[in-house]
This record gives sequence, C-alpha cells and structure tokens, in this order.
Amino acid sequence: MSTRTIQGQKNLQDIRQSSPDGIGGSPLRPDGNLKVKGEFAYSSDMWHEDMLWGMALRSPHPRANILSVDISEALKVPGVYAVLTHDDIPGSKFYGLEIQDQPALAIDKVRYHGEAIALVAADHPETARRAVKKIKVEYEVLTPIVTEEQCLNPEVHGYVHEPHEYKSHGYGNICHEQKLVSGLGVTDEVRAMADVIVSGTYEVGMQDQAFLGPESGLAVPAEDGGIDLYIATQWLHVDRQQMAPVLALPEEKVRLTLAGVGGAFGGREDLSMQIHACLLAQRTGKPVKIVYARDESFFGHVHRHPAKMFYEHGATRDGKLVFADCRIVLDGGAYASASPAVVGNAASLGHGPYVIPNVKMHAIALYSNNPSCGAMRGFGAVQAAFGYESQMDKLAAELGMDPVELRQLNAMSEGDYMPTGQQIDSPAPVAELLQRVKDMPLPPPLDLDNLDIRTVPGALSNTSHGEGIVRGIGYSVGIKNVGFSEGFDDYSTARVRLEVIGGEPVAMVHTAMAEVGQGGVTVHAQIARTELGVEQVTIHPANTEVGSAGSTSASRQTYMTGGAVKLAAEAVKQALIEKGRRRYGWTEKDITLVGGKVVSESAGVLVPMVDLLGDEAIDLTREHHHRPTVPFDKETGQGFGHVQYTFCANRAVVDVDIELGLVKVVELTAAQDVGKALNPLSVVGQIQGGCTQALGLAVMEEIIVKDGKVRNASFTDYLIPTILDTPPIPVDVLELPDPNAPYGLRGVGEAPTVSATPSIVAAIRQATGIALNRIPVRPEHLTGTL
Amino acid sequence: MRVTFTANGKPVEADDVWEGESLLYVLRERVGLPGSKNACEQGECGSCTVYLDGTPVCSCLVAAGQVQGREVRTVEGLTDENGELGLVQQAFIDAGAVQCGFCTPGLLVQTDALLEQEAQPSDNDIREALSGNLCRCTGYEKIMDAVRLASARKCAKGSGE
Repeated sequence: MSTRTIQGQKNLQDIRQSSPDGIGGSPLRPDGNLKVKGEFAYSSDMWHEDMLWGMALRSPHPRANILSVDISEALKVPGVYAVLTHDDIPGSKFYGLEIQDQPALAIDKVRYHGEAIALVAADHPETARRAVKKIKVEYEVLTPIVTEEQCLNPEVHGYVHEPHEYKSHGYGNICHEQKLVSGLGVTDEVRAMADVIVSGTYEVGMQDQAFLGPESGLAVPAEDGGIDLYIATQWLHVDRQQMAPVLALPEEKVRLTLAGVGGAFGGREDLSMQIHACLLAQRTGKPVKIVYARDESFFGHVHRHPAKMFYEHGATRDGKLVFADCRIVLDGGAYASASPAVVGNAASLGHGPYVIPNVKMHAIALYSNNPSCGAMRGFGAVQAAFGYESQMDKLAAELGMDPVELRQLNAMSEGDYMPTGQQIDSPAPVAELLQRVKDMPLPPPLDLDNLDIRTVPGALSNTSHGEGIVRGIGYSVGIKNVGFSEGFDDYSTARVRLEVIGGEPVAMVHTAMAEVGQGGVTVHAQIARTELGVEQVTIHPANTEVGSAGSTSASRQTYMTGGAVKLAAEAVKQALIEKGRRRYGWTEKDITLVGGKVVSESAGVLVPMVDLLGDEAIDLTREHHHRPTVPFDKETGQGFGHVQYTFCANRAVVDVDIELGLVKVVELTAAQDVGKALNPLSVVGQIQGGCTQALGLAVMEEIIVKDGKVRNASFTDYLIPTILDTPPIPVDVLELPDPNAPYGLRGVGEAPTVSATPSIVAAIRQATGIALNRIPVRPEHLTGTL
Repeated sequence: MRVTFTANGKPVEADDVWEGESLLYVLRERVGLPGSKNACEQGECGSCTVYLDGTPVCSCLVAAGQVQGREVRTVEGLTDENGELGLVQQAFIDAGAVQCGFCTPGLLVQTDALLEQEAQPSDNDIREALSGNLCRCTGYEKIMDAVRLASARKCAKGSGE
C-alpha cells in the first residue's frame, strides 16, 4: 500500500509539472497568432455581401434648438438607401447607462458639439458622406453652458436639460452629488488641532481613451424580425438592455456577438453606433456597417471627466494627518453616462490611501454643454489622486519632511478604516509599495558629454543639445476600488463544457466577457486548465447566448468572470468525479483531476478522464457574485461601498528643459500588489500600459474644449505617448492574497493609471520648483509664458 | 477606375474604385486584406503601415491610383506560403507585445523594415524607428522586448547558429 502511494505521488508530481500553462504561468494569448497574421477580425473588419455603410450627421453647435431638418436632398443622392431622424425611431427614444437621458438621435435640441442628429445608409462611405452634407438643419444657436459658474446658476444661464426632464435625484445642473463626513468632520475645533495646514486648487483636463480600433460594427437584419450585431463593446448584455427598447424588439431578438475589440479603457461602456447601425438595418432590410473616422470617435464616446478640486489638509508638526477638507467638481457634460458612479468613487477614494481621522468631502458632477464624460480607466480616482498627492508633497515641504516618509507615516494598512467607515479587511501594503519603488536603483544621470540627442526633451526636433536640462524625482501612491460598488450586484456567468475530442479531454469556456486586449481569454483558459487538469482549452466566442459577464471595466473581469469560470469548472470537475464514484465505487475523499487523469493523493491515478467521459459531455453554467455592498449614505458617505481595494506606487524620474518647457520622462517605476498574479506577463503588461496612460495625462493628453467646441479631434492634435515619449517602466509585483477573492487575486488594470500621474508632476516640480496645479503640464506652465 | 497591382506576391485588381479611395480602403474593403488597420486614417498612428515597392508607408495616405502596377506587401505577407509565422511576428507573440493587437500589424511591418536595414538596432534606434506607430495598450515595454528578441533571433539565424 505504501509503495503504491509513493508511486502515485511521484506520478502526480510528474503530471503536475507537465502543465505550466495553468494559473501563475504565462502561456501565450490564444488570439495572438491571428492578431500577428492580420487575420483577427476586429469590428471594423466585418464584411457582408450587399452591406451598406452608415454614417451620422453631427451637430456643429454645443447648444442649439433644432428648428427644422430637411432630408429630401440627401435622399436623392444615388446610392442612398435611407435617411433617418428621431421621427423614425420605432421604440423609446432615450437610453443611458444609469439614467435614460440621452436621445438616440437629437430631438428638437442639441446639447453637445458632435451630437448625432440624423443617419444615412448608402452603398459606399463616400456616398454616405456626401448625403450627410446634403441634410439641411436650421438651428437657433444658444449660448452654451460650459463653466462651473454657469452650471450652478441655472436661473441666470438656463438648464442643459429642463428641470422636469431630470430623471435623477440631481437638481439644477447637478447630475449627481455625494457628501462624506467622517470623524468630527472639519470644524474650527478640528482645524485648531493641526499645527500645519496646506491647501490648493487643482485642475485636471479632459482625457480621451484614444483606443486605436475605431467604434464600428455590423448590424444584420434576421429573418425572425430580430437583429444580429457584431460589435466591439465592453459589456454585451448592457448594450442589448439599452438597445432593445429603442429598436422596439424583445431582448432575445437583439443578439450581440463580440467582434474584435481594439482597446476600450472605458470608452466603450456607453453605446456609440450600436443603435444607429441597427436602426438603419431595420429600415433598409440590409446589413449595415458603421466605422467611425477618428474625429467621429472623439465625438462619439464619453471622455474622462475634467475636474476642479479644492483640497485642504491639516497635520501635526510631526507629520500625522489631522483632517482633510475636499471638494471635487467633475464636468459630466451633456448626458449622465456613468457620472453618478464616478462621483461615488471620487468621494469615497478622494482622500487617498491614508488614515485621516477627520474628513469632509463634497463631490459633484455637473450637466453642461461640454462633451459627455463617463468611464475611463481609473474612474473618478484618477482626478482625486492628482489632488491629494499634490497635497502630500506640499505638506511634506511645509513640514520639511521626506515626501515618501510623510506618506508612509500616514499610510493605511489592513484593519484600518476608510472615511466611509468600511474596514480594510485584506492586505493594504501602501507603505511597503512606496518603499519598494524608493529602493529600486535609479537610472544613470544624464551624461552631457556622450549625449544621444534622442534621449533629451525635444529629442528628434533637434531643438536642444542638452542645455538647460534639470532632473527631478517624484513619488506617489494611489487607491482604486475593484468591481462595481454601492450595492450593484455585478455578477458574471460562465459556461464550461468538458468532452473528449480526438482522444483528448478538451474544455470549452463560454462567457460574454469582452476581451478588449487585457488578456482575459488567456486567463480563462489557464483557470480551466488548473481546475480540470486538462491541456486543451477552447474559448467560445463571447455573445449574448450565455448569461451576462458584466462589464470589462473596474478591474473586475479576472475577479468576476475568472471567478465564474472557476466555479463552473469546479462544478464540472465534481460532476465528473461523481460519475466515477457511481461507476467505480471510489471511496477516496481526495479525488481531483490532474494531467488528463482522475487521481487521488492517497491512491494515485484512478482512471484517465477520456475513459470516464466516454461520449458524454459535461456542460455546466455558473454565476459568480461578489460579496454585497451598500450605497453610501447621501449626506455622510458612510457605508460598506466597495468590494475590494487595490494599490500602486510609483517613482518618476524626469528631465525638464527649463528653457523650452519640454519634459522627458526618463523612467517610471511601479510597485503594485496584485494579490495573486494569475498571468505574470499580462499583469506586467497591464501595469506598464496603465502607467503610460497616466504619463499621457501628466504631460500631453487633453481634449481642448472652448465654448463647448472640441478643437483637437484628431491624432494630429490630441497627443498620446509614442514609444519615444515613453520611458522604461520597471515593475515590482507584490502578491499578498485577498482572502475574499478567487485565488486571492486583486484587480490590476486601473491602479497604475491612478497613481502614476502625480509622481510625474511631483518630479517636474522637484526639477523646476514650479508649483504645478493643472494637468496636463504644458510647456507654457514651465516657461512662465502662459 | 480599375487598379491592378501586386499584393503579397499575387496580382490583384479592383474595379469601380473611386478616385478618392486610399490604398488602405482598397486593401481592406476590395481585395480581402483587412490586416492593415484603420485607426486614424491620417498618417498619425502607423496602424496601416505596408511596404510599397519595399518601403514602409502609411497606406491611408496613398491614393489607390498611385499603386497601379506596383508591389504592395502587407502584414498578411509576413507569413510564409505555408502559414508559418515570420520571425518578427513570432517575437511579438513570445514577448507579450500583443494586447488588443490593433497597432500590431503596422508595428510588425515597421519592425521588419527596421531589422532589414539594421539587424542590431540600439534601444534608441528602435524608439526612433517605431515612433510613428502608436500603441495604447502595452506601454511599449514589451514591444521593445519583442524587437530586441527578433533582432537576437535574426542575428543568431544569420550567423548560422
């Protein structure tokens, strides 16, 4: 017996070592091969015989009454099959993620520059473009409501939406607000407890997700009167939920299949061309493809909320924080989108990863005639991090302390309480992450004698040869929630099927998860391999034939859909083992699946899986729900509002040409706790990508909006970091398991985008001595020529 | 108008081409080569980079009529006749340089062109050569890794190892 056990254990060990592609490994992407061959079908690659091209007419005005729309000339253009206005919408005319305040096509008025008014379907994109130009719209142009002052004085400047149209609990031009008070709040008595008080007003510009794959898709009318849509999105089911009422179809007749997604970053959470393509397909009875040009993409999706923030922090002489008084004003633009949730995040995370005994916070999102804002990576936590981290540096300077030490002195850790009253019940290694980036080796100093001009600010423009360059170093840390908060049950569904194909046990994983580039498909295969002990895993195309997977956002997909795949795979495993117990009468308690075999630690290999499965497939579906949360109290902000927290720390090294006002980030170091790295290669890729978007926000990325009009809707004028702008990004990954999460994992994608921006600004401040309170930092801020 | 040219070694022809159409449109919508991507169609992002008579160009900036009688090689043409991946393609997969992958076709062609010209580029050479190709997902670190890996493999192959 003992011999058999030892033999069995040896066997098991050998089998286990043969599977490096389970969780914790870094197998290659299942879609990588197609992607490098140019054969992966993105949503803009969809093609159908006889298909038409759809295009929208967009408003040139941010605020106007529409007096008339004349489509007669457009209809006469040869090759035009349909021209539609809101009059042609068969069902509900409004949709929205949280508040149904957005018309599918403008009705009587436009509220932002680029709002869609009419649609054309034609046989060639150029035909559609010409027809769009022939639609005549008569406008009564109105003064746009674009500043905070205008928004907050509706009696003077009017309303973006008529007060009776407000479907939220907002008032005036306020879309949503969240207050928070903890400890004693911020009173005169509390202020008196502080030895030092620093305050500042901070501003964040409007950042764009700038995913490379344009909004696009193909709508195909079906014989049953329904519609099939092939689409790049972040959440198939919530798209369908918003679309079906507008199309006047039951949800089951609106079938969505995920087409290849060229990045998302929050910009695909709202609908863009989904309804438009389907309306045109319904009307013409033909397949309709819509592909946005880049300028239309800038108009067609929501952006990161620009913010104005006031922060006041008080501390004792030895650096202990006493209070924080914060006000965050987010410009939500014309329609609500995700603004309420963004406000909730800004309010509950806006004090940073610090223990502060007394906090007062007020966060609001405004309705304005600026472009609509909603989800973008970091979701409300990004803006606030620039505010509170700027304050930490200011406070450290005031106290004569090292900025990292000040942060570590006040850093929250496991067991501490958020100002919302929620206890942090998993590791929160804030001080350690800061120490890790601080301890990483620094890049070598700039060597002016052996200078490669490509490494200095201004680089290839040949504007400098290194004169006037000053180096600075800055630190930051940030906090982000994982998953949807405030009582939202953002469950996920997974179906796992196990069967014998070609003499091998093969698992199939079917979810509606949107793979937007993050690598979820790789991780799902790893989970199935680990749980089922098989090598071969296929990923079924994501569609609405299976239950909702929730959104690919909020750093939640590995946690939520990964969790669902784990549950479904475990169920399949148990069903298979049960089958074996019934057939063979096994009595062992410790039966599991490894290396394509049913095994027991005590008895060794019991039977190959293929023999046990035979011709039968085991096909089971499971839902994963995270632990419940509750909405924050409207006045006090108290409540167990977030599922999980995640932390990242950064160190930035910058070279600044103080004569030209140009910045070159030399190195951007990151340390992040990911709980458990299910796929280390993907984890590092997410952290580096997140840091780079933060770099963009720090020094270059902004949609310039003047009087409500977008001035730079192109990649010529809206600058995202190139490979020359982006430095080496060394990453230190920490794995402290969260006992509440599947495998102990922690969401990864967003935290670096929250934390990295302030480190770069801090480094520029250190280099120049200039108090920078607005991002992106532009050359004129550094040369005093503003 | 009718446009005839060579795409990845094979003669192709497209009929009823409107004079304003780009090479990118013709490749993607008329001759069944959608591998080159349409991210900005302004020559800013490099996603549509193809070889035109051996020189990498943004195919969105080339009028279809300009390629009459010329040779185009797209990302699809980096794979050999047997479907085997080219050296640069394999390096991008192995290094984890492909995330959403929309920038990948353009980067592959540009990297292929770089390594043709300079088999062992320095990091600054790589950054300069790829500065016309935007990537929004990776932070470029793994793209640097991929190019270094492709370079190393190419040199090893070249030296007969």
